[in-house]
Amino acid sequence: MDALYRDYILDHYKNPRNFGELEPHDREWLDHNPLCGDELGVHLIVDDAGTIVDLRFHGQGCAISQASASIASEELIGMRADEVAALGADWVIDLLGIDISPTRRKCALLSLKVMRGAVTGDASWPE
Amino acid sequence: MPPPSAATKPLAGLRADFPILARERDGVPIAYLDSAATAQKPTAVIEAIDSYYRRSNANVHRGVYELSQEATDLFEGARARVAAFAGGETDTTIFTRNATEAINLVAYAWGQDNVGPGDEVLITHMEHHSNIVPWQLLCQRQGAKLRYLGVSDDGRLSLDELDAALAGGRVKLVSVAHVSNVLGTINPVAEIVRRAHAAGATTLIDGSQAMPQMPVDVGEIDSDFYAWTGHKALGPTGIGVLHGRREILEAMGPFLGGGDMIAAVGFDSSTWNDLPWKFEAGTSAIAEGVGLGVAIDYLAAIGMDAVRAHERDLTAYTLERLEDVEGLRAFGPIDPDLRGGVVSLELKGIHPHDLAEICDREHVCIRAGHHCAQPLMREMGVPATARASFHVYNTHDDVDRLIAALQTAREVFAL
Repeated sequence: MDALYRDYILDHYKNPRNFGELEPHDREWLDHNPLCGDELGVHLIVDDAGTIVDLRFHGQGCAISQASASIASEELIGMRADEVAALGADWVIDLLGIDISPTRRKCALLSLKVMRGAVTGDASWPE
Repeated sequence: MPPPSAATKPLAGLRADFPILARERDGVPIAYLDSAATAQKPTAVIEAIDSYYRRSNANVHRGVYELSQEATDLFEGARARVAAFAGGETDTTIFTRNATEAINLVAYAWGQDNVGPGDEVLITHMEHHSNIVPWQLLCQRQGAKLRYLGVSDDGRLSLDELDAALAGGRVKLVSVAHVSNVLGTINPVAEIVRRAHAAGATTLIDGSQAMPQMPVDVGEIDSDFYAWTGHKALGPTGIGVLHGRREILEAMGPFLGGGDMIAAVGFDSSTWNDLPWKFEAGTSAIAEGVGLGVAIDYLAAIGMDAVRAHERDLTAYTLERLEDVEGLRAFGPIDPDLRGGVVSLELKGIHPHDLAEICDREHVCIRAGHHCAQPLMREMGVPATARASFHVYNTHDDVDRLIAALQTAREVFAL
């Protein structure tokens, strides 16, 4: 089996979970991978207690960025906004479960960056 | 166009002239297919730069001592040969840092006095960001309008659309790529220039992808400005070229102010040096200029007709081999006579980044992304492409390895 393009990575790439749009939604964010111009956006529904009850990612990207968004989406639903704000780069890298080279790091982190943007308005890259 | 006999004969044996191509990873030699981004350098260029610093380094111009005169002769000698190589004149051949700076020089020094409110600057959807952003900035500063010519599905410009845009009578400048860095399209620049001039517009051609790989005569094209860069033409980074029409360059104010570009400096104002130095403020990239001179000597010795035939052959061979990979398609003109040595690819079901990653495992270097041409990507309806591009050191074997790597990518992705 390929060390990077593992079966579950390809599965999430080809059949991404929680992809599309949510109308209406409470919060949204859109960002780019500066490496290639790929676009990733997110729509969130957040309840009064600050819990993310539903979300959809949308956009195009490589297998790493799409799988990252898809895998993360399954964890992010049910989290509180303040928990999302506290997530760091390691969270999403560990979740992917593959070795990410420096050249692909931004592909892996884009989904968390977009998610944190929607929750906090912070447009910086996760560290 | 070269004669048909020459057009099918690739160059051979030049790989050994490029020491970096001896690089191996786990015993696998490198297949470098990214020359449209930057070309590799022959030993002659590397040695010329080394020799300049070991034996001839001094600041140029106004030096009384022998060493400074020697450095000046090397640098100005390179300028004269670069000018002749491009079909330009020595004193209207300006050294810049790169093509981007050459275009910005025109956008500032010419643009500020010649483009005003209500005027139009006309470019195309196939331009590199370097031939878009300087004009956006100029138009914002001057209250002018930036207009674009479209690109057809097979990657070509329409001369009818050009005529229609010119007929409005407001176009002050037409700026077009000679060869597209994404589609490979060779644009009919002499005809574009003729029509633009007939409508009273000034012209700039971005020759970054053309000068390195085909015979170019800037005098014959007759554009008012022609910009290109050294590092894609086997030369070092940090040196570019702007050829300009003498009357226009003489009428223009300077770009950057500083040393070398002045005739005399008073307390409140100064007078400008003669061409080309009026546009070369500060100490030039001397070693890089010398290196570029040797790079074009190397190309001239091969012969630009032969270089073009080689690029055409590799492009045609690549387009032919695309059929061997299911779901693979190329952008741009189908006819290899209409395109330079660059092929942008899409493989259905695999993002270009993943393609480039899997190619890299086979030690095949291709570029993935928007290639600094985001408006074109938008028009092509793709976020990015994978791109293979060639120079004199590439062979059919490099293309075969690319095709094999693309086949491997399909297997990895279980397609």
